Amino acid sequence: MSDAAVQKPARTAQLPGLSALGPLLALILLVVLGAFLNDNFLSQGNITNVLARSAFIGMIAVGMTFVITSGGLDLSVGSMAAFVAGVMILAMNALLPAMGVGVPLILAGMAVALVVGLLAGLANGLLVTQARIEPFIVTLGTMGIFRSLITWLADGGTISLDFAVRQLYRPVYYSGLFGIAWPILVFAVVAIAGQIAMRHTRFGRYCEAIGSNDKVARYSAVGVDGVRLMTYVLLGLLVGLATIMYVPRLGSASGSTGTLWELEAIAAVIIGGTALKGGYGRVWGTVVGVLILSLIDNILILADLVSPYLNGTIQGVIIVLAVVLQRGKSSA
Amino acid sequence: MERRTFLATSAAAALATGLAVPASAQGKKAVIGVSIPSATHGFMGGLNWHAQETIKRLKATYPQLDFVLATAGNVGKQVNDIEDMVATRNIDALVVLPFESEPLTSPVKAVKDAGKWVTVVDRGLSQPGIEDLYVAGDNTAFGRVSGEYFRANLKPGAKIVVLRGIPTTLDNERVDAFQKAIEGSGIEILDMQHGNWNRDKAFSVMQDYLSKHKKIDAVWAADDDMAIGVMEAIAQSGRQKEMWIVGGAGMKEIIKRVMDKDPQVPVDVSYPPAQISTALEVTALRFVSDTPVYGRFIIGSTLITPENAAAFYFPNSPF
Repeated sequence: MSDAAVQKPARTAQLPGLSALGPLLALILLVVLGAFLNDNFLSQGNITNVLARSAFIGMIAVGMTFVITSGGLDLSVGSMAAFVAGVMILAMNALLPAMGVGVPLILAGMAVALVVGLLAGLANGLLVTQARIEPFIVTLGTMGIFRSLITWLADGGTISLDFAVRQLYRPVYYSGLFGIAWPILVFAVVAIAGQIAMRHTRFGRYCEAIGSNDKVARYSAVGVDGVRLMTYVLLGLLVGLATIMYVPRLGSASGSTGTLWELEAIAAVIIGGTALKGGYGRVWGTVVGVLILSLIDNILILADLVSPYLNGTIQGVIIVLAVVLQRGKSSA
Repeated sequence: MERRTFLATSAAAALATGLAVPASAQGKKAVIGVSIPSATHGFMGGLNWHAQETIKRLKATYPQLDFVLATAGNVGKQVNDIEDMVATRNIDALVVLPFESEPLTSPVKAVKDAGKWVTVVDRGLSQPGIEDLYVAGDNTAFGRVSGEYFRANLKPGAKIVVLRGIPTTLDNERVDAFQKAIEGSGIEILDMQHGNWNRDKAFSVMQDYLSKHKKIDAVWAADDDMAIGVMEAIAQSGRQKEMWIVGGAGMKEIIKRVMDKDPQVPVDVSYPPAQISTALEVTALRFVSDTPVYGRFIIGSTLITPENAAAFYFPNSPF
C-alpha cells in the first residue's frame, strides 16, 4: 500500500507535469521582470547577494519539507537559529583563551552549532512522537523558549563574536570556490541531497507514506515515530548548518535574529508544491519557493516601483499567485 | 558569559532586596514602582541595564527610598504589573515606560487618581495631563541633528541613501525632520527603504542599494544596529572609502568607533536608553527634597563626535 502510494509521485517527478512547473514559471517571470526593471539585476554581484541571502532560509526550508511532508510542522526554527547562533558565539568566545585564534576554534564552533541544533530538533521530535503533543503546539512552545533564551543569553543586547575570530571566520560567508560563495555551494549540496533523499530513499518514501496516512503506514510496518523523530532531528541539524553560514556574516546574534524565518521557510515549502497537510513533498520546488521569496524583496528595492509601505502587499500577492498558478492547473 | 552572570546576579540581588524590605515595616520609606518593557531588543536591553544600575545607585544614596522593578513582555503583563504594585506594594510613585500608549492610559490614570506620583518615560499616554513628570528623547531633534550634519559635510549634488525603521510615527518624525534639515542643500536622497531597525534586514537592503547605485556619498542608517549591517554590506562590496555612515541611538560599539576616529563612522546621534535614569533620578528628588520636578524633561539629541564621545560610552552596558 505504502509502496503503491509513493511510486507514483516518484515517476511524475522525472517528467514534471504542467502543475509542477507553476512555481518554476513564477520564478522565471520574476527573473525576466527583474532584468527588465534594472540593468544591475543580472549582474554577478546581485545574483550572488540574492542566492547567498537565500541560503539560510533555503537549508532550513529543505529540512522543513521533510517535516511537513510527514504531516508535521515546526514553528521554532527561526528562534532556534537565533539560539544556536548565540550558543555558538558564546562557546567560541569561551574557548578562545584555551584554543587561540585558528581553524580548530572555528571547527569547534561549527561542531557546537551542529550539536545544539541536533539536540534542539531532538527535543521537538521527542515531544511530538513520545509525549504525543500536536507539532503546532510543541514548536509554538519551543519557539517562545528559544527566543527568550537567546534574549537572556544576550542580556537583551547583542552577542558578538571576538573580533580576531570573526576576521578568520568571515570568508565562510563572503568568499567561495570558483567565484561561487560558500553559502550558495552548501545550499546547493543540501538541496541536491534533499531531493535525492526525498525521491530515491526509503526515508523519503516513508515520509510521504506517513504524511498521507500514518495508520496505514504503521500497519505497513513503517516505524512511524522513528521516521517522524528523524525529520525533526534532520531539521535541527540543518538549522545548525544554516547558523554556521549565518554567523560569519554579521558575527553577532540577538533577540531579533531569525525573526519570522519559520514563516518564510514554511511559505517557501508550500509555494514549492509540498502539501501543507502532508503526504507529498517536492524538495526542488522548495528551492524555487525560497528563490521566489528573496527575489521579490530584491526586485522591490531595485525597482522602487511602489511606496515601501506597500512592499508587504506585493509580496503577499505574488506568494498567493504562485500557489494559485499551480493549484489551478493541477485541478484542471 | 561573565557579563551575563554578573548582570543576572545583580538583577537578582536588586530584586531580592526589593522584595525583602516590606514597605510597611519601614514606616516612612517611600516606594517607587518602575514598570518598563523587557529587554527584547538592543535599545530596551540598554534601558533595562541603566534602570537596574540607577536603582542600585539611588538605593545606596537615599536609604529612605525603596524601588520595585517590573519588566513586561507585553501590554497585558504591564497592566497587571502596575495593578499589583498599587495593590500589594503600596507604591508612592510610578515610573512607567508604556508598551503602547492607548491600553496603558487608563491603568496609569487609575494610579494617578489614587493620589500617587506618576512619571511617564519616552512614549506619551493618549490623554494629556495624567502624568506629573514626562521624560523623553526628542525624535524631531534626532532627525534634525543628523540632517544638519549631512548638510554641513556634503557638497550640493551629493547622493545619499536612507534606511528607515519600522513604519511608526516615531520613525516618521525622525525622517520628516531629517528631510527638512537637508532641504535646499542640493543633497539628493536616492532611496529610502525600511530596514526595521534590524541588522540582517539593513544588511540586505544596503546590498541592494549598492548594486543599484553606482555612486553613494553617505548613508543615513538612522540606527546603530542598522549601521552595523550597512557597514558589513559596504565591506563586502569593497566600497568603504566611498561613503560614510551616520547611525543613531548610542550603541557602545559605534561610540567606540567614533572615539577611535573611524573615517567610516565620523559621528553618531544620541537617543539615550539612559533616559530611564533621568526619569528615576528626577522622580527620586521629589521624595528626598523640596525640588520642584513636575513638568516635561525632553532630552536633546546630541551629535556625538570624537571629542565628546567618552561621555556617551558605557562599556558595561549590553547596548
